[in-house]
Amino acid sequence: MLLEVDGLTKSYAGPEGPVEVLRGVDLALDAGRTLALTGDSGSGKSTLLHLIAGLDTAEAGRIRLDGAEVTALDDAGCAALRRGRVGIVFQQFNLIPSLDVAANIAFQARLAGRHEPERDARLAGALGLTPHLAKYPEQLSGGQQQRVAIARTLAARPKLVLADEPTGNLDETTSGAVLEEMLALVAETGAALLMVTHSEALAARMERRLHLSRGRLA
Amino acid sequence: MTRAALSALWSFWRRNPLQLFTLVAGLALATALWSGVQALNAEARSSYDAAAAVLGEGRYDQLVPRSGETIPQETWLTLRRAGWQAGPVLEGRLRAGETSVRIVGLDPLTMPGGAGPVTQAGDAPLATFLREGTLFAHPEVAGALTAALPRPVVADPGLAPGTAITDIGVAQEILNRPGALSRLVLAETQPLGRPPLAEIAPELVRQTSRQSADIGQLTDSFHLNLTAFGLLSFAVGLFIVHGAIGLAFEQRRPMVRTLRTLGLPLGRLIALMAAELAAIALVAGGIGVALGYALAASLLPNVAATLEGLYGAQVSGALSLRPAWWLSGLGIALLGTALAASGAFWRIARMPVLAGGGRRAVALPAGRRHGRQAALAVALMAATPLVLWVADGLVAGFVALGALLLGAALALPPLLDRALALGARWARGVRAEWFWADTRQQLPGLSLALMALLLAMAANVGVSTMVSSFRLTFTGFLDQRLTAELYVETESAAERAALRTLAAREARALLPVLTVETRLAGRRAQLRGLRVGPTYSENWTFLAREGAVWDRVAAGEAVIVNEQLARRADLWPGATLELAPGRSLPVAGVAGDYGNPLGQVIVGEALFRDLFPEETATRFGLRTETPQALRTALVEEAGLDPGQITDQSALKAFSLEVFDRTFTVTAALNVLTLAVAGFAMLMSLLTLAGMRVPQLAPAWALGVTRRTLGRLELLRAGVLAGLTAAAAAPLGLALAWMLLAVVNVEAFGWRLPMFLFPLDYARLGLLALAAALAAAAWPALRLARTPPSALLKVFANEA
Repeated sequence: MLLEVDGLTKSYAGPEGPVEVLRGVDLALDAGRTLALTGDSGSGKSTLLHLIAGLDTAEAGRIRLDGAEVTALDDAGCAALRRGRVGIVFQQFNLIPSLDVAANIAFQARLAGRHEPERDARLAGALGLTPHLAKYPEQLSGGQQQRVAIARTLAARPKLVLADEPTGNLDETTSGAVLEEMLALVAETGAALLMVTHSEALAARMERRLHLSRGRLA
Repeated sequence: MTRAALSALWSFWRRNPLQLFTLVAGLALATALWSGVQALNAEARSSYDAAAAVLGEGRYDQLVPRSGETIPQETWLTLRRAGWQAGPVLEGRLRAGETSVRIVGLDPLTMPGGAGPVTQAGDAPLATFLREGTLFAHPEVAGALTAALPRPVVADPGLAPGTAITDIGVAQEILNRPGALSRLVLAETQPLGRPPLAEIAPELVRQTSRQSADIGQLTDSFHLNLTAFGLLSFAVGLFIVHGAIGLAFEQRRPMVRTLRTLGLPLGRLIALMAAELAAIALVAGGIGVALGYALAASLLPNVAATLEGLYGAQVSGALSLRPAWWLSGLGIALLGTALAASGAFWRIARMPVLAGGGRRAVALPAGRRHGRQAALAVALMAATPLVLWVADGLVAGFVALGALLLGAALALPPLLDRALALGARWARGVRAEWFWADTRQQLPGLSLALMALLLAMAANVGVSTMVSSFRLTFTGFLDQRLTAELYVETESAAERAALRTLAAREARALLPVLTVETRLAGRRAQLRGLRVGPTYSENWTFLAREGAVWDRVAAGEAVIVNEQLARRADLWPGATLELAPGRSLPVAGVAGDYGNPLGQVIVGEALFRDLFPEETATRFGLRTETPQALRTALVEEAGLDPGQITDQSALKAFSLEVFDRTFTVTAALNVLTLAVAGFAMLMSLLTLAGMRVPQLAPAWALGVTRRTLGRLELLRAGVLAGLTAAAAAPLGLALAWMLLAVVNVEAFGWRLPMFLFPLDYARLGLLALAAALAAAAWPALRLARTPPSALLKVFANEA
């Protein structure tokens, strides 16, 4: 099993005391499989994703990713995990504005120490970015920026791709196209994909789907 | 990983070259002003050290005459025979063409080890020194000496500027003072059982090594003043650096978050950012050190002239490049960057990885931050009188000044915010309301530049008030003191006799200048004897007096002391001063004595001659209604050389020239500080201009033309600079008061009255306004020419 989540609990301080966002969440995902995580706004979907990526810490429960105990890792350990095994695609793209498209695509792979320029070129070609490699993010449309973010993630060959509303900022047509390309490329790399989405249509394209409601999975 | 992260971090500067330029230029300017001042100080100190090394000053005790200027050579021989280990020194000035050279004659065989003919190449060859009558001279004067003397002269850069050393016999010959010595340098260890000094040479006094290092002590206050100005300029420069770094870090928040989410550990990220800044600081520091060198080289001749005029200290007019100096320049650039960046690093280190990646609005709601800042400002300003109350000394004065300036700078943004809020309340019309609200929103982004402008303007108001007040007082003082129409320097008893005869016939009064340097009230001081008469009683004014001052002085019943001595030894009217053992007199008056570093006591001529019967006046003042006729008679009848006669106006002009040169450096630093502040304003406005588009696009979309937006930007800069200038005026006056009433008293020993110069302040205010408008012109023009597509992009990104 690539990812195992057991009894994960997380709460935030609210104006009237702590608010439990996750209440003993259990989850498992095999390598090469896809899973959609749906839920209402504030149901804890993004929090779960952040905990799996080691961007936040849980109060109880454990997360095992590719044999590593994520919940026991310190800041540097979590950073190494994200560098080496996890790729994250954000709704807001989070590209580096001062680097051009080519440098953005190569960036995470270079951080991880496994940069392959041919792979970057292949991904850029597959995502229709080849004509834009010398441009800067501010010169691209939203759909193009999200394609760059996906290429950056996949260029680093992660074992698990975490996508947080990856098409949330895109129109319907662009959104469908970007998802198609992402699914094809994830399948090609053999990575697992865990995608948080509001969209029923997108969720339906995943092999499995789980619904998060009031901090519990259904 | 490191290379990838560094390339990402560096790409920010590549894409924002203006910000990189601001950072480098701000740091380079700050370093230049600081290291320029340090170079001046280092050069002067090295000259003092070279001068002291020749005579072992500050290291060996010396025997000096109790009164008068010379010691007979027989006295030295008597001391030697009695077992005293002492080396003779003769000092004097020799005219070599247009150059005046300080000749130091010594006996290398009897000088204590470490003192004597030490040259840059090591000890001077003794045989040359002794047998051939060679002079070793500083390269600046070697040429003139070679031309003037029929003796071998060796140029030696290890010697003090303007100085030549030679064997004592040679010195006595070329100075035309056979058998005369100036002082005796005592070896550290003296044989036991030798007879006491009072027994064999009662006319000599022992001066301890600490007392002899006077030049260093006297000039310390001058150097501290320069250092304080350098520090102020550095602080103004740091405001720019702080602003540039803060803005860059703020803009890089999204990148920092992305880097961390992609797996770059926080520790590594901070280390890389620190290394990046250190590299920039080293480059900027290098540029700054080079600029500082150029600045110091251009100012050094004036500093050298000032130090010679005020303190008689010889300082080389040429600057040398010392490794310690440029290393300290780079060090201060690194330290300044670390200081300016510490807050930004602290925020990055504490920023949670999931923190909002978007830039925080530069214009944060003012409330809480302004409250904290205002509280700190009030605390600092309250500390100012407290420091002055609990501590004394020049350093305490500067600490209080620092607290006042920093407190005022911190108080500026909250004050401006309140003023702008008031403007908004009075605004009529929607455009005016928007203008005031928008100006208020820009305040946080501009506050550092405005604080720098406030400090620079206040320094200008303060220092120019101090200098102008000083000049006014000094001019009045010269009018009081230089009342004799002619001043004559005599060289022989025959000349003096001829002068007396002629003066009795042709002049209204002959005023001998009787002065000896001695020790009074436990410190080095001058004792001056005056021939009391209308010249003094009608012109001199006193800072404090008791009774009929001149009558009491003429009768030998009281003394007058100068302000320096009154303050240092607490000698005010009514106090008693011991002039000689068993000879104490009350102080009748305290007089201002600007420009004199030493304490001075004035007694009547009769008392002076009684105390120092062997002292002869060689300089005289002459009162006359016909100075030109008297001058001719002095040359033709008394046989004096015209060079021996100086008229009053020439002496006044010389004194004022010394005064003006003293403040040339200050004025130059003043202008540079203002220029740095103007630069800060320009850079802040340019940097903000790029970030302003999203704020201005809605106003444009609602019908305000780009040209109007540009004009309003210009008006905004004018309003902010005008308000800052209004705040700078009272701060500058407070600064002037502290310089006159605290710093000058501590540094020089005199307190000056404060005069106001409203026209000068108005001119400075207009200059600041013009600088702000000039700084705002380019960003405003850019804004007025922003293509509509750039403004539309703001709305496109919202989709």
